[in-house]
Amino acid sequence: MSDLYHVSSSPHVRSKDTTGRIMLYVVIALLPTSLFGIYNFGYRALILILVTIASCVASEWVYNKIVHKKQTISDMSAVVTGLLLALNLPPTLPWWEAVLGGVFAIIVVKCLFGGLGQNFMNPALGARCFLLIAFAADMTKFTDDMSQYLADGYTSATPLAVLRSGGAVNTMDMLIGRTGGTIGETSAIAILIGAIFLILMGVIDLRIPASYIVSFVVFMLLFSGHGFDGNYITAQLCGGGLMLGAFFMATDYVTSPITPRGQIIFGICCGILTGLFRCFGANAEGVSFAIILSNLLVPIIEKYTVPTAFGVVKEKKAKGEGK
Amino acid sequence: MGLKTFKGGVHPYEGKELAKDQPIVEVLPKGDLVYPLSQHIGAPASPIVAVGDHVLKGQKIAEAGGFVSSPIYASVSGTVKAIEPRRVAVGDMVNSIVIENDGAFEEVAYTACEDVTALTNEEIINKVKEAGVVGMGGAGFPTHVKLSPKEPEKIEYIIANCAECEPYLTADYRRMLENPEELIAGMKIILKLFGNAKGIFGIENNKPDCIEKLQELVKDEPRLEVCPLQTKYPQGGERQLIYAVTGRAINSKMLPADAGCIVDNVETIISVYNAVKLGKPVMHRVSTITGDAVEKPGNFLYSIGTNYAELVEAAGGFKEQPEKIISGGPMMGFSMFSLDIPTTKTSSSLLCLTKDEVAATEPSACINCGRCVEACPEQLIPSRLAKFSDKGLSEEFEKWSGLECVECGSCSFACPAKRQLAQSIKTMKKQVLAAKRAKK
Repeated sequence: MSDLYHVSSSPHVRSKDTTGRIMLYVVIALLPTSLFGIYNFGYRALILILVTIASCVASEWVYNKIVHKKQTISDMSAVVTGLLLALNLPPTLPWWEAVLGGVFAIIVVKCLFGGLGQNFMNPALGARCFLLIAFAADMTKFTDDMSQYLADGYTSATPLAVLRSGGAVNTMDMLIGRTGGTIGETSAIAILIGAIFLILMGVIDLRIPASYIVSFVVFMLLFSGHGFDGNYITAQLCGGGLMLGAFFMATDYVTSPITPRGQIIFGICCGILTGLFRCFGANAEGVSFAIILSNLLVPIIEKYTVPTAFGVVKEKKAKGEGK
Repeated sequence: MGLKTFKGGVHPYEGKELAKDQPIVEVLPKGDLVYPLSQHIGAPASPIVAVGDHVLKGQKIAEAGGFVSSPIYASVSGTVKAIEPRRVAVGDMVNSIVIENDGAFEEVAYTACEDVTALTNEEIINKVKEAGVVGMGGAGFPTHVKLSPKEPEKIEYIIANCAECEPYLTADYRRMLENPEELIAGMKIILKLFGNAKGIFGIENNKPDCIEKLQELVKDEPRLEVCPLQTKYPQGGERQLIYAVTGRAINSKMLPADAGCIVDNVETIISVYNAVKLGKPVMHRVSTITGDAVEKPGNFLYSIGTNYAELVEAAGGFKEQPEKIISGGPMMGFSMFSLDIPTTKTSSSLLCLTKDEVAATEPSACINCGRCVEACPEQLIPSRLAKFSDKGLSEEFEKWSGLECVECGSCSFACPAKRQLAQSIKTMKKQVLAAKRAKK
């Protein structure tokens, strides 16, 4: 039979895109903000990043081994999860807590639900919230011994906390990232550089980030009580996890809607919930919970945003006229 | 840009440079010729010759089996050797007439038409029908049926599908460069049937020489127009082409005529010209024999029914053993496990690839990235449809407009997880349609 040619159903060619390549692009896009985090917070940030990535990859490898599944670590998705989780941790977090976070992200949030593509919640954010609840003190410790890892003159409390208590912040510092916060969330500029790279490489589009940011700004204008205060809005945009969340977490393929209209609705949900949490919640920060909650809404959003197929005429339109 | 196109689509590697500059070469058949009785959509043709009969080139050997059907003509002179099931490109066994070629190429006399403008519409359609003209781009829909819409006066556009969006194929390209007069004459014959229609040649902009040539030729023709289109697959899909040219959108339940359009491809229109003007039935066509396994890729004019192996020989044989051979283009063509397959009216190309990209990749989990959604020219959610298909959820499949799929394969092409999306969807589509027919 070996002289027979291969037979399969068309199409017979495939694009060069692979899952591994997409994940690699995400890692590359996260490099600017990772490097800035290391620069900003010193070697402990680097150690946390490495430990968290190792924990995630190892967890996936061990899980696949135990349940006799095909190894999937080469798709790089565990690396992305690890890196994103690390960027969402305060640089002072004890390393073993970060390891635990990695295990939770991969085993509980991802693998137990069927592995890549099956989880309904962003693994990195799921783990962050788990850590926030389990180790509340360590996860919100941006003060005290924090200052020893900061170069002179930087505030040690996060700008959002300062804003909340009515203090003033330097928005220039926030744009560049010379502030307190988690490892990867401080520098809006570094995050935007990565985001532009992802958009240019076609990995993400603007639907989710734009609708997220716009709806958040509108919400803050209406309900924050600060009105049209440009400085305040800029600080809210650059502060906390908003930029990282909007461009890297909310755009996670698996946990966002696949329907184009659904993506916009999803972004709006994220924006409104973030605004709600930041204005009226107990914490100064709300991005993580806003995105995870929106993740849970994805199935229902998709159900109501199934697109109309090409040429299928809705009753209002004249028959046969597409435009 | 401003170039006309449709929403969605993909950009596969074009591969057209392999055969693009090779002028059309005529190939004379040597071995037996095989004529499957079903090489068009509709009822199979019924043989009107018997084993042992001597036939001439241009003689009708099988009659149309109904209105939606098409007759078949011998493309060589010789003896009917057998009428038996033979393997065809799509993989089925189809009852076929086998003719032993006597090498003499004795032809019947054709009656050319002096003045086409003097013919009535019925006469034109009848000539097209009698000549066995079908859609030669691949679908094989009988052309006389297309040319007989319920309300001919409502047809506003005759669109010549000159997109040739399938990668590697260059047969239409060569036809446009080498036989543009016949193409235009064929178009004018069709326009004669539809007084309110304009003739539009929709050409992808990766063929600037064709655009220029046809524009030059139609510049004094008020009813003819060239419409350059953006190069993108599947620009030559019927619904996509109509949308790009006219801005009208049709769905699976509509015919092009519902949007005032009739679409025919280059080879078909030239066959209409041959049928009406020269009185010649469909016996020849041009195909591209190409791929990285072929010694001298090129474009060949040959007698329909010729074995594919003979065409490969005409292209210099294989320089490297192919892993996959495809009748048609890489996006919608049919892979064949053997070269011993006859060509038919719809054989647009033989593509011989040294590497089978499909076998080289293994599907992995869907990451919901939405590339299939971006690629789908029908604005569907292929990943979800494929999931419904794999789970047998036919109701869900219909609700998400699965039946609107045009099977262009863009989703499978774009998928980074290398999932067989189009393949799953096609399977489910067949099941749903079969169930619908059974209900009726």
